[in-house]
Amino acid sequence: MPETTTAEPTATAAVGIQQLSMQQALNRALDEILADHPKTVIFGEDCGQLGGVFRITDGLQAKHGEGRVFDTPLAESGILGMSVGLAMAGFHPIPEVQFDGFAYPAINQIVCQIARMNYRSRGTLPMPITLRVPSFGGIRAPEHHGESLEALFAHVPGLKVVSPSNPHDAYHLLKYAATRPDPVIFMEPKSRYWQKGPVDVASADANTAAHDGGTDDAGSLTGARVAREGRHLTLVAWGAMVSRCLQVAELAAEDGIDIEVLDLRWLKPIDAEALATSVGKTRRAVVVHEAPLTSGLGAEVAQLITQSCFATLKAPVERVTGFDVPYPSGDLEDEYIPNIDRILFGIQRVLEYRRG
Amino acid sequence: MTIKAVQGAVDDDAAPLTHDQLRELYTLMAAVRHLDTAAVAWQRQGIIPGYAPELGQEAAQVGSGYAVDRTRDFVFPTYREMGVARAMGLDMVGYMSTHKATWHGGMYNPLESRFAPIQAVVAGSVLHAVGWAHGQTLGGAQDTGVAMTYFGDGASSQGDVHEAMNFAAVMKAPVVFFVQNNGWAISVPTERQVAGGSVAARAAGYGIPSLQVDGNDVVAVYEATRSAFAHCRAGNGPVVIEAMTYRRGPHSTADDPGRYRTLDEERLGAGEDPLERFKQRLLADGVADEAFFAEAQRKAEEEEESIRAGIADLGPRPGAEMFSLVFQEPTPALQSQATEWRKESEHA
Ligand SMILES: Cc1ncc(C[n+]2csc(CCOP(=O)(O)OP(=O)(O)O)c2C)c(N)n1
Repeated sequence: MPETTTAEPTATAAVGIQQLSMQQALNRALDEILADHPKTVIFGEDCGQLGGVFRITDGLQAKHGEGRVFDTPLAESGILGMSVGLAMAGFHPIPEVQFDGFAYPAINQIVCQIARMNYRSRGTLPMPITLRVPSFGGIRAPEHHGESLEALFAHVPGLKVVSPSNPHDAYHLLKYAATRPDPVIFMEPKSRYWQKGPVDVASADANTAAHDGGTDDAGSLTGARVAREGRHLTLVAWGAMVSRCLQVAELAAEDGIDIEVLDLRWLKPIDAEALATSVGKTRRAVVVHEAPLTSGLGAEVAQLITQSCFATLKAPVERVTGFDVPYPSGDLEDEYIPNIDRILFGIQRVLEYRRG
Repeated sequence: MTIKAVQGAVDDDAAPLTHDQLRELYTLMAAVRHLDTAAVAWQRQGIIPGYAPELGQEAAQVGSGYAVDRTRDFVFPTYREMGVARAMGLDMVGYMSTHKATWHGGMYNPLESRFAPIQAVVAGSVLHAVGWAHGQTLGGAQDTGVAMTYFGDGASSQGDVHEAMNFAAVMKAPVVFFVQNNGWAISVPTERQVAGGSVAARAAGYGIPSLQVDGNDVVAVYEATRSAFAHCRAGNGPVVIEAMTYRRGPHSTADDPGRYRTLDEERLGAGEDPLERFKQRLLADGVADEAFFAEAQRKAEEEEESIRAGIADLGPRPGAEMFSLVFQEPTPALQSQATEWRKESEHA
């Protein structure tokens, strides 16, 4: 069952709850992971002294030492291939790829090695690797500095994929992912790094969570989150698109349309139950993602919804996505990433759908 | 050919091999030669679907594998390191199971055997060795385990090899890069594969000491590997060894070398047979006699028979493993696919 919270977490003065940016939340999570798990190592390009170009690893080398947090030469395949050997030696590597587009040079190591070593070795060589990938666009960055690789990763047997949309989830999902025995691709929405939000550090003990099921707080980290409750239509999104969908829902509410926003969080495994519950109630769905349309994850989500809700659906599931074009440069970025208008049009298509 | 230091010196003041060790090396080489030849025959007989022979590479493989300390080192093989596996004492049915198409990585336990799963991606595991080796030094311990990664002259063209050498040199990781230069990458000869003269020569660019060794001389290979291990263990970082040898047979049982080399060229290129050469040396030095060689051959045949029987007994793996070994923590989708598969294939 999905965890239910209303809207984006908003300011609160409760004890144990802090206002943190996603960058701060991730940094804090890594700091605690290093402190709690002596076999964890963090490495990549510029993540030592500099603390990473996004400062996610800021101060960690100074605090935990160069053996735990270190710079590597500038070679992505090297970073990921090295992770395999470290995992074989009993470590929990948390490598960083500096920008999503630079995961491509490492695809061989990710797909052919990290994703398969557990299988190849019949379970004797688990790959507890959490690959942190600053992901998606929205920051007007140069080419290859903003890509949406989730469908590519999610398609690979042996990988798990997760993307937080807010600081609270970023903190907990990272702590959770980094303590799992399987490889997780952790897609950080880079356009959200500096957005602040409340982080309840005490709300879930990510370290002791059981991965499957589990009705405790931590167990809920394995599934989707209802970011906003609504009756008329479900918007399904993840990463940076969640806050945009919440904005859309606010606007639609002015017209009396009550939209539910489902933050998928896990892109593999996808929380099919949460989709069924939400769309079972609203009977209409629009999937929103930044990645190109064709063979994107939206198709997978639509199929899961069709399977569970076919009989009650009032319209085919719509997709509002990026286009089948290489990620455009900054000037065209706003045209490419689903904007509020395009999402509203998608919603309209579903609401106005008539059979025959 | 003798050991030739291409760059840098690797100290080694270890004692020479005893007669017992020399005889053991021969026994291993004889076992490997026989099993390798038999495996090709098994393929022709339909016992296994395919095999990558290492005929002619016995000295390179046994000599290097013999230098591994199985209490602390770790080997990262390709698909052609049967001789290394045998020299390291692997369960050979488990090893051969990969050629029976039972399980990609083989059915042995990599952690216990210190031999990583069989690797089909050319140069795929060279970086893994660097990661593993760096892990050994992270605690700051001296006299650590050493990673030895095997790859061919063809693999040396892969970017991962360059990344690995650079990483290892920068991090002073205890890695032995063991290049078996068998003259060919399927149909492409070394001179059309390797720029810069040799793989060993490239090491200079990374500041890594390297040496070329006569890969058909088992003692030379052993000594080179042993000194490389000593160098790594002493905290001096990686070493590149290029063992010059020759792939006498086809690349794999599916290959037809007649399309890219003549039998005459093959004879010329192959040079002296490493097994026969070692035998003559042991005879000349009075280390072993004909009775010993006959006994080594008898043991090799006995061993091969038992491995063949083991292979024949290997049934197909239960289909459920296809699902259960993907993750340590299976996903719900995978579990439901497994359930569905069970139902539909009546394996429930
Ligand atoms: C990345 C990759 N590309 C291509 C192949 C197909 N392939 C298998 S072996 C081989 C030649 C390898 O030559 P070399 O590295 O010299 O090793 P050898 O087979 O001679 O021992 C090729 C091209 C592969 N397995 N992996």
